[in-house]
Amino acid sequence: MPQNIPADSVGVITPQVATFDEPLKLRSGKTLQSYQLTYESYGTLNIDKSNAILICHALSGDHHAAGFHSLEDKKPGWWDACIGPGKVIDTNKFFVLCLNNLGGCGGSTGPTTINPDTQKPFGSDFPMVRVRDWVESQARLADRLGIDKFAAVIGGSLGGMQAMRWAIQYPDRLHFCAVIASAPKLSAQNIAFNEVARNAIIKDPNFHDGHFIEKGVIPKTGLMQARMLAHLTYLSDDGLGEKFGRTMQNDEVNYSYSPEFQIESYLHYQGEKFSNSFDANTYLLMTKALDYFDPAQYTDHDLTKCLSVAKCKFFVVSFTTDWRFSPERSEEIVDALIAANKDVCYARIESEKGHDAFLIPIPRYIKLFGAYMDRVRLELNL
Amino acid sequence: MSLRSDLNIIQNWVAPLSQVLDLGCGQGELLSFLKENKDCKTYGLEINEDSIVSCVEKGINVIEHDLNDGLKHFNDASFDTVIMTQALQAVDRPDVLLDDMLRVGKEAIITFPNFGYWRTRFFLMYNGRMPMSKTLPYNWFDTPNIHMCTFHDFEKLCRTKNLTILERTVVDNHHQESLAIRLWPNLLGEIAIYRVTR
Repeated sequence: MPQNIPADSVGVITPQVATFDEPLKLRSGKTLQSYQLTYESYGTLNIDKSNAILICHALSGDHHAAGFHSLEDKKPGWWDACIGPGKVIDTNKFFVLCLNNLGGCGGSTGPTTINPDTQKPFGSDFPMVRVRDWVESQARLADRLGIDKFAAVIGGSLGGMQAMRWAIQYPDRLHFCAVIASAPKLSAQNIAFNEVARNAIIKDPNFHDGHFIEKGVIPKTGLMQARMLAHLTYLSDDGLGEKFGRTMQNDEVNYSYSPEFQIESYLHYQGEKFSNSFDANTYLLMTKALDYFDPAQYTDHDLTKCLSVAKCKFFVVSFTTDWRFSPERSEEIVDALIAANKDVCYARIESEKGHDAFLIPIPRYIKLFGAYMDRVRLELNL
Repeated sequence: MSLRSDLNIIQNWVAPLSQVLDLGCGQGELLSFLKENKDCKTYGLEINEDSIVSCVEKGINVIEHDLNDGLKHFNDASFDTVIMTQALQAVDRPDVLLDDMLRVGKEAIITFPNFGYWRTRFFLMYNGRMPMSKTLPYNWFDTPNIHMCTFHDFEKLCRTKNLTILERTVVDNHHQESLAIRLWPNLLGEIAIYRVTR
């Protein structure tokens, strides 16, 4: 529990729910007849509704980006380091919106929701969603709130892909686009990591073809394996070395296969925590959305052509030890933006924190991001 | 807004509405001027962290990039003018970078300190040590200026590469021209500003 809510926190937040009855036709060809989106907002929407910022979450994120749900919460939202009064994304100036994506397990319609046709949880029957479907549903939420144009759409990792997709799909609906620790598409290696994770889940005897909720079980072992592997790819060798080294739990080896090194128990802890809180079908669906993302496939695999429709200004950031979404991948985006004559600022932040660095308040990152957000305010007179 | 005098000479050589790339754009003074006064579309490459923040504050398109990694990610002829002030002597291969500048740009504007300046020659002759001055304030072991050259050297390189020198202005370290400098540039000039094309 936070002893006191810190002064730079958005405080205790209650998530809200918006229900949509207008069917949503998905890229896969399937249609969601109705759905609900769970979201949070921080700060105040100004009279002309020009100060809204959309935060897009990554694979395991949700709508709870900042603040606390209750005074009993041990931890604030996933991007509390950057969102709050006086912080980089300053809630004194901006109205910040973050929603749980469709197919998620944080409250929006997804595999754990009851399927109205069967009166059972959707499970693996929940249709696969693509990044463009998320953007479409996010745009509908913006319509609902009366937001015609976002001051900025911001995301890291898979969230960065959504931000990029916004610039392509709704070029007139955002002024600025921040793409952090992201990529224009996944590499074969990235897809391979996702497949190993998915395979661990699907092969878990408790998976039951994705209908495990009805059976009252969860594919815990598979989900743990998936998370342990993925978590490892979000960190760097140097970062792990610095944090754990070869430190052991006990002074002597005990010739057993139970965790002995601290890194082992840390990974088990991460897997355990995640498998108790995250839905396996959501994990499968999110990783597929990642794999499928490749906006340039519709423009002859020419990313410059793909991004040429954008009208916003871009802020691109990468981190030196991020090998899941390496700086080179961000630089592909930057090069294409320059070739397309778009306004762009790019920095490669030195950090040993791997892919996870985008969530961490690294001083140089915060300073630069803050300077960019000040510029956003200045240019939009906010 | 008043520009440093060497930057003022450079901006005079950039046509309005040009596409401009600045290699080592510093705090973005020149690009800011070109953007505001000549409606140029500008991009700057920079590696200094604080300079990058300054550029972001000014609303300049700044890309973190080490010039020693070359310009291979830029398309051919994608810029009207590629500018590099006081960095030629500090990169790994000035000759290769010069080629690259004129691949991505139609013209290049380059400034560098003249190692043939009389005080530099005198310093070496009189002291028998690597020259240091206001323009060259470093020790030999910590200097970023690893490829010092004279104006004659640079012009010879241009001739070897069949480059055309469109304009050249030679100035002292206050970036001022004088009759004497015009008469004996390689002896009396401290900094040269060249405009070259292929």
